[in-house]
Amino acid sequence: MSSLTKPKSEFTNPKPSNRQAMPKQPPKERGHNFNEVALGYNIDLAQAEADRCLQCPKPTCREGCPVEIDIPTFIRLVKEGNLDEAIRIIREKNNLPAITGRVCPVENQCESHCVLCKAGKPIAIGALERFVANHDNKKELRKVVVDKNGKVRKIVAVVGSGPASLTVAGDLSKFGYDVTVFEALHEAGGVLLYGIPEFRLPKSIVRDEVEYVKSLGVKIETNVLVGRTVTIDELFSMGFEAIFIGAGAGTPYFLNLPGENLNGVYSANEFLTRTNMMKAYKFPEYDTPIKIGKKVAVIGGGNVAMDSARTALRLGADEVTIIYRRSRDELPARREEVENAEEEGIRFLFLTSPTRFLGNEKGWVKGVECIKMQLGEPDESGRRRPIPVKESEFLIDADVVIIAIGQRPNPLITQATPGLKADSQGILKIDENLKTSRDRVWAGGDITSGEATVINAMGMGKKAAKLIHKFLSENQAHAI
Amino acid sequence: MFNITEKKLLASNIKLIKVYAPLISKKNKPGQFVVLRIDESGERIPLTIVDSDPKEGLITLIFQEAGKTTAKLGQLKEGDVIHDILGPLGNPSEIKTYGQVVIIGGGVGTAVAYPEAKALKTVGNRVITIIGARNKDLLILEDEMKTLSDEFYITTDDGSKGHHGFVTDVLKKLIEEKRKIDLVVAIGPTVMMRAIAGITRPYNIKTLVSLNPIMIDGTGMCGGCRVTVGNSTKFVCVDGPEFDGHLVDFDQLLTRQRIYLDDEIKALKLYEKDIGEKRGCQA
Repeated sequence: MSSLTKPKSEFTNPKPSNRQAMPKQPPKERGHNFNEVALGYNIDLAQAEADRCLQCPKPTCREGCPVEIDIPTFIRLVKEGNLDEAIRIIREKNNLPAITGRVCPVENQCESHCVLCKAGKPIAIGALERFVANHDNKKELRKVVVDKNGKVRKIVAVVGSGPASLTVAGDLSKFGYDVTVFEALHEAGGVLLYGIPEFRLPKSIVRDEVEYVKSLGVKIETNVLVGRTVTIDELFSMGFEAIFIGAGAGTPYFLNLPGENLNGVYSANEFLTRTNMMKAYKFPEYDTPIKIGKKVAVIGGGNVAMDSARTALRLGADEVTIIYRRSRDELPARREEVENAEEEGIRFLFLTSPTRFLGNEKGWVKGVECIKMQLGEPDESGRRRPIPVKESEFLIDADVVIIAIGQRPNPLITQATPGLKADSQGILKIDENLKTSRDRVWAGGDITSGEATVINAMGMGKKAAKLIHKFLSENQAHAI
Repeated sequence: MFNITEKKLLASNIKLIKVYAPLISKKNKPGQFVVLRIDESGERIPLTIVDSDPKEGLITLIFQEAGKTTAKLGQLKEGDVIHDILGPLGNPSEIKTYGQVVIIGGGVGTAVAYPEAKALKTVGNRVITIIGARNKDLLILEDEMKTLSDEFYITTDDGSKGHHGFVTDVLKKLIEEKRKIDLVVAIGPTVMMRAIAGITRPYNIKTLVSLNPIMIDGTGMCGGCRVTVGNSTKFVCVDGPEFDGHLVDFDQLLTRQRIYLDDEIKALKLYEKDIGEKRGCQA
């Protein structure tokens, strides 16, 4: 009998055509903890998703990836259950897959190029990358042997330790160079560490990836602020042959509105640094305090605003409101993060802009005066310009306010480096080969672009590593 | 490894440590500071560099035990390691020949005033120094300041040494005597600096103050240290720490310095209880 019956599963489990949803912590639960929101695919979900991949002969998804990961091949390997080989394929192009698998805006990159988009459901490439990277971290199978014997070891300095810097450092080390990363803070990782919250990118993941880069032979010197502790010129006189600046965009913008220096008004950078890097959510076990607030207002509509609002909620705020001057459609944050925030109960006040902050007699913020906006003609960014509606001012209560309207590069390095050119916002001037105005100095990541994404910074890091390698192979030692 | 090589008690709960930090010792100039973190769970706090010895790779720090972090720092011994020290941060003081300068150090602020007084003396200024404290046991660097000064005054709030009263009394007297003053440098508690700026403002005497707000990174990243100077917001860590005292909004600074007062008291109490229990066990 049984030999005449097809296995049951083939009838009840046809090839799934639906994108496998990412399992998440329930919104009510996750609003009270800092654990990661996304729980990740298990092997079944991953293989079901991988099975949907059409294995296009001309894979368009790769065009959407700033570091050109061989996406179809790693997905095929997932389907076949060969995860060791899958991670090897990813790491050929990407030194930090556990990070990009979590924070890449895949909906605008690889996934938006997937042919299944036409049917509405692209392959969940980000979720699959995350799954493979997790497998790698769990198995600790990395045994990287960097053979530098017989090669001329030239030494390269990398300024900063965020995604651009870690990528350029890792790749140059793979090419055989002796690389030292200089980080101003007490731990490597840059914005991955101080900016992106634990519940979106666990710090243990960042540490694992930093350890991987170190396993490639990269040296990391923390507590060195290039521009103060040492200068670019001093690095050259110490014998470095080439320098990559990937110091990011770490200086917060403020609104310059009355009351902005009241107690309880934070830059998003300060609020997130206290929580993420200094672990203020564990005060007094950790020494850094933070004001939690009952009613928190967050100004801005980007990913940093979403991160700040969701962090405030997890710290224990009763009510968190995001104030954004355009409408929902123009929010620059990732759609997924906006949905996560909405599910967790974050309030949004669209078409609203703050005009001043009001304080109590003790110098603490107690409210935000806002004005209604309407959308006019598109501006240079292509989005419709918000215009204030006359006499539409209103007040909202807030005992903590977080300003999340953007960051620009820290001007310290430019000030301390004669001949290094930057624009009025501190953005370094580079040519198409990522060369700055100084000889033997390259740059990439947010310090050259203002504010972009982790993967774009990594893409620039990859490109810089190749260009620095080319230059150093063709040129004689630096005359000191 | 930031090793503590030497430790001295300067006054009741004011301590001096020398720490091995070769890169910082080479670069440090008067007026600059470090941000340190004692251990993995520690907070980051700014402390001014009092002196540096590039040959030995050492920097000297002086601090008053006021909160949990400075109390913990005070418990460290010679040979112990401070987990992280970043520096030198901030802009160096502008050291040039002004003529006759009055340097005022209040409490532990004298530790910050000392390197600046020394540098101003070296370039040829006539230096009048006024140092003050609540009582004679809290005076620090008395001999050092006296040696470099052309004129030297001590004040104590309780009259236990020198003039009975405040540093401001001596400054007022100098001004009333119509002494020529080309520059006043005031470093100490914020209320003291506010009072001094108030005295010199009507006479248009250039007055520099060194601010000590709450900071995290010390590199211009968080904006926690911001203060209004003139009509604009400045970050003390990268725009300062020295500013024109006549332009600083001291009331705002005082308010911002108190943001975490409740948390600081809570943390210190827990720490003291913890230390007390440990001592109890040992006894």
